[in-house]
Amino acid sequence: MLEYLVSAEFYQIMLFYVYSFILLGAAMAVVTMRNSIYSALFLILSFFSAAALWLLLEAEFLALTLVLVYVGAVMVLFLFVIMMLDIKVKPNKGMSSYTKVGLFVALLMLVEMMMLLGKKLIPALPQDDLVKHIKGHSNVKEVAESLYTQYVLPFELASVILLVAIVAAILLTLRKRKDYNHVKPESQVHVKATNNRMRVVKMEAEKGNDIGGDS
Amino acid sequence: MIGDQVWLLFWTLIKIVAIVLPLIIVVAYLTYAERRVIGFMQGRMGPNRVGLFGFKLWGLAQPFADTVKLLLKEIIFPANANKFLFLMAPVITLATAFAAWAVVPFSDGLVLADINAGLVYILAMTSLGVYGVIIAGWASNSKYALLGALRSAAQIVSYEIAMGFALVGVLIASGSLNLSEIVNSQSGGIGSWFFIPLFPLFIIYFISGVAETNRAPFDVAEGESEIVAGFHVEYSGAAFALFFLGEYANMIMISALTAIMFMGGWLSPFTGDSLIAQPSILWFFMKTGFFLLLYLWFRATFPRYRYDQIMRLGWKIFIPITIVWIMVVAVIKVYKPEWIGG
Repeated sequence: MLEYLVSAEFYQIMLFYVYSFILLGAAMAVVTMRNSIYSALFLILSFFSAAALWLLLEAEFLALTLVLVYVGAVMVLFLFVIMMLDIKVKPNKGMSSYTKVGLFVALLMLVEMMMLLGKKLIPALPQDDLVKHIKGHSNVKEVAESLYTQYVLPFELASVILLVAIVAAILLTLRKRKDYNHVKPESQVHVKATNNRMRVVKMEAEKGNDIGGDS
Repeated sequence: MIGDQVWLLFWTLIKIVAIVLPLIIVVAYLTYAERRVIGFMQGRMGPNRVGLFGFKLWGLAQPFADTVKLLLKEIIFPANANKFLFLMAPVITLATAFAAWAVVPFSDGLVLADINAGLVYILAMTSLGVYGVIIAGWASNSKYALLGALRSAAQIVSYEIAMGFALVGVLIASGSLNLSEIVNSQSGGIGSWFFIPLFPLFIIYFISGVAETNRAPFDVAEGESEIVAGFHVEYSGAAFALFFLGEYANMIMISALTAIMFMGGWLSPFTGDSLIAQPSILWFFMKTGFFLLLYLWFRATFPRYRYDQIMRLGWKIFIPITIVWIMVVAVIKVYKPEWIGG
């Protein structure tokens, strides 16, 4: 028994439960927090815990990409926008009628999903507790091989769609003021200080009164 | 069995301490070196008074005097500041700065965690550092701090793209995300180091690194002439010291990474069997030290960039160049693989 308690397997299972608990708690906090800055910070925490769960699956590339893309870039911009907004924290006024309808819909969806999952998916789940790969297994290679061989067309298509979306979003928000004085750095660089802006005057050095020593 | 597990835990902790403790001492002496080097460049003396037992020792005890002073000072909380986040911010800055060191190989096999996706781990950890700045700026409940945080967020997100693309070039050239393998693929003297085939990426990586660490000439996040001290204007005492520590640890990190990615890490620039051609941790330290000197040199030389020029440099110059050079590297890798590390 003691042997099991210090084994790597037990440690991994404990880590799984700890991170799952933090993930679920943080996800709940995202929607229940009144202050939107806290919501965003809890969303970061839940991304982070999800990445930790992926690490337990030995999918280190996916986990680190999740942290890099969602935590390191997307959520920074989220926080950026939320901090600029002037949001007043509203006092709690109990459940509105929308909340009741929402809860009902959510409950219905939960029952539906449980029926589906119970019927089809539970027998298909792996029975082993832990995912173990052979030594030298590379998650990067695994992801790359399926992305660039089997799914190369959908992958490239998705990237083109994203690119089009980026260009469209920039074009839609691009506005230029009529009185905008655009600075052209390339012509700024060509301004010669000695010819165009300044006149260097030669003059005799003035005689000081020898107080400052050699300065 | 139990003993093995416990020993493994302790051994890892010892290794972590063996990395973090020298790092803190290097940070302390980097602040000293910064003041001395910039003093030299500007014809001043720099700190040269604080010594031990009555000896001046060129001011070598100055970093310890500064540390003790900062630790003994009071931490002041601004009115209506969010105390928890206010204290968490410097911790986040420091933790992410130190966490990235876990995958840095100091010499062949001398690395805490030799993971396959080391490069992505480094990028992920360095991108987390911005949260310390943002949260500090918001939790301080101060206009200047918030302005500094917003500037820093925009700047770091912009330069991270150029930095990531520069590293994509490295991983195309080396064919690996593992930092030790990246260094080993540069073996064969100074001619095989990646800074020659990837020269534009090398320059862009280091400049983006300077911008990412909020150092001069890109230090608008704490531009003292415009927004007092930016995001850490409300911090004092030990909390401020942690920000300081994090910033300098990040500087060393960027220098070490530039040495690993482009300058062959611990490899010697010479070839042959002589003593000077042996790979050694000393080469790694010398290369890292050179890039640290560049950091200080930049600070002594360049005036601060204007904010719109920083954005222009990042988005309109660095990112297009990196995209073009990634294509060039990919073509070389396919048709002339012997040009880049074989």
